[in-house]
Amino acid sequence: MNAHLPLWLIPLAPFAGFLINGILGRRLPKWLVTTVALAAPLAAFSVVLEAAAGVFGAGPLQKLLPQGLLPPVSLPLTETCPFAWINAGALHVDFSFVLDQLSLVMLLVVTGVGFLIHVYSVGYMGDDEGYARYFSFLNLFLFFMSVLVLAANALVMFIGWEGVGLASYLLIGFYFQKKSAADAGKKAFIVNRIGDFGFLIAMFLLLANFGTLTFTEIATKLGQDPGWQGGVVTVIALCLMLGAAGKSAQLPLYIWLPDAMEGPTPVSALIHAATMVTAGVYMVARNHVLFGHAPFALGVVAIVGALTAIFAATIALVQNDIKRVLAYSTISQLGYMFLGCGVAAYSAAIFHLVTHAFFKALLFLAAGAVIHGLGGEQDLRKMGGLWKKLPVTFAVTTVGVLAIAGFFPFAGFFSKDAILYAAFLQGANGRVLWLVGVVTALLTSFYMFRLWYLAFLGKPRSPEVHPHESPWSMRGPLLILALLSICGGWIGGTWAGVGRFGGFLAPSVGAGAAETGGSAHLELVLSLVAVGVALAGWLVAHLLYREKSTLAASLATALPGGYRLLADKYFVDEFYGATVVKPLLGLSKFFLEWVVEIGILGGAAWLLGGVAKLAGAALQRWQSGNLRSYAAWVAAGAALVLLFLLVPWATVLASLTAIHLGVAGH
Amino acid sequence: MSSLLWEEVPISWFLLLSAALFSLGVLGFLIKRNLITVFMSIELMLNGVNLSFVTFAHQWHTVKGQIFVFFVMMVAAAEAAVGLAIIIAVFRARATLAVDRIDLMKL
Repeated sequence: MNAHLPLWLIPLAPFAGFLINGILGRRLPKWLVTTVALAAPLAAFSVVLEAAAGVFGAGPLQKLLPQGLLPPVSLPLTETCPFAWINAGALHVDFSFVLDQLSLVMLLVVTGVGFLIHVYSVGYMGDDEGYARYFSFLNLFLFFMSVLVLAANALVMFIGWEGVGLASYLLIGFYFQKKSAADAGKKAFIVNRIGDFGFLIAMFLLLANFGTLTFTEIATKLGQDPGWQGGVVTVIALCLMLGAAGKSAQLPLYIWLPDAMEGPTPVSALIHAATMVTAGVYMVARNHVLFGHAPFALGVVAIVGALTAIFAATIALVQNDIKRVLAYSTISQLGYMFLGCGVAAYSAAIFHLVTHAFFKALLFLAAGAVIHGLGGEQDLRKMGGLWKKLPVTFAVTTVGVLAIAGFFPFAGFFSKDAILYAAFLQGANGRVLWLVGVVTALLTSFYMFRLWYLAFLGKPRSPEVHPHESPWSMRGPLLILALLSICGGWIGGTWAGVGRFGGFLAPSVGAGAAETGGSAHLELVLSLVAVGVALAGWLVAHLLYREKSTLAASLATALPGGYRLLADKYFVDEFYGATVVKPLLGLSKFFLEWVVEIGILGGAAWLLGGVAKLAGAALQRWQSGNLRSYAAWVAAGAALVLLFLLVPWATVLASLTAIHLGVAGH
Repeated sequence: MSSLLWEEVPISWFLLLSAALFSLGVLGFLIKRNLITVFMSIELMLNGVNLSFVTFAHQWHTVKGQIFVFFVMMVAAAEAAVGLAIIIAVFRARATLAVDRIDLMKL
């Protein structure tokens, strides 16, 4: 019944788009490039939709359509490449995909939001010379991302994992003529390598201890033997967490994400907000059984998440680049998701992942529309009063801000509360995490409304620019995402906690302990606290940036130390530069310049040259120029060959040995 | 009658003679300085080889060796014609036939 659902089409359609636009794009007319670029994610999205319709039943739709067009799909659905992929001794890995509740939700986000952002990019990148290159990279990203999501084992996931890193690198460095963009690409790639190292080690350990990389088999083995508790499982889980921290920009590896804003804005929306950076959360959720057997690692996940959330939120308070504010906000929200994973509320984390994909993509795309409208201006201090000039952008940004700040009934309210609620139920430590989360929510609300006030309200601070509203290809996706940012949270089905959504995901990620044991009363109180905190953030932002716009500046001068610390992002980049980058650079410079270049390469060249020279000097004497001496050598050589051929050496040797033995015998 | 005579002379004698001729040729080629003598030594070597060809051909009752000798003689004749022409040309140009002095190609 399920067999005909072409899972392989989900990654392959974008890959075909990548090949066509990547190879032929420069020679194709622009409309064809656009068609190919949009058809690829649309094809993938329709397969995912077909699967989703099959899963959810899609009631009336199925009755309307001809019989068999949308057959019911039962999860999980596995699809394996018929050819053996890796088969070496005990190591056996299949190239297989699995569609279960978790990957279905993730795929809906990846291909759905991905498609919207492709549409938006048509307008945003319309004038760019690298139009075809841009779309081929974007399709390549979708290919790898769907491989990552569909992977049934860690190795296939690793392919996608590395691949999205590659696509991210290519797109961050899209304007590679600009040094800062090229550097940002390299930074992202290298920092991600540190995380990938953890992922690799975890895979080796999994192979060594479980003999398999398939997620379900690992879960089964963990379930069968209660001896798998802590110890090596903790090490594996921590290594996986290192990988997740690299990909999802968590402490201490978050530094690449703010710099990644050098890429085109739709890329920031798709890769560095909605999908790729959530791969770490997805991976932790995928391995939830493993993390369940490693409570210590789970605690680390929760603490790292909470710390990252508040740490990034404080930096976001004072940033003046509109995209950087959003970047730090993304890091902070990813911290929430890890906090959710860390308290074993995986469905809450995934829920937040989904809603965050909606409203953060919306905010980024709206920021893109602002930047586009202002002709490339990203500095918040030069904006202001844009609501009159860009009414649609203003409206959707307002929705996005309300959603991320957590106002009822916008999407962020439900998912953020689900995580905080789950944390609150985890005893005393959980309360601390909850408190951190609530403070972060306050900061989030503040810096988002600060952005809102600075960019859209007040008086225009640069009267010479004449902003223009963006084309429909950009406004359409904005409106759809705005709608999703409003309604996206309703799929949860409860005030706090994850209710219906959690029930749907339960076969994939298990019903977290957090979802049980609460009460409706507690839910309501916590929700009220969250909304109150969001309101407080709005109020402070309103006071500082609306009522008394000088107050913010005087506050900054009153606390110069604190302001500098935040504005310079806690000097983390400088710290890494001094402790890691510089010593490494110095070491590699010393090593490569002195040991390798002069020592090994120079030495080898000198040695080879010397040998050749000496041999030449010796053999030179042979070449006397005397013709008869050459002839004599020829004759001597011939005589030698004859001697070699005619003398029966074997017999001679045998007789010699016999004589020797005979002597010894006496 | 003649076959009787053949049987009296063992095959090794012919081969020894052939080897002696060849070695004399080599020796003359290496020692002599006159270009014409060197040339004659080469002919001597060729004929030493020819003799062993004929000998073996006779021993194995095949005609291949004999045919080969014809080829060698032909090449030798051609070589004599070309070689003598070169020698005459060299003598006209350098007024000497001493091989050691014909050293224009040396560095």
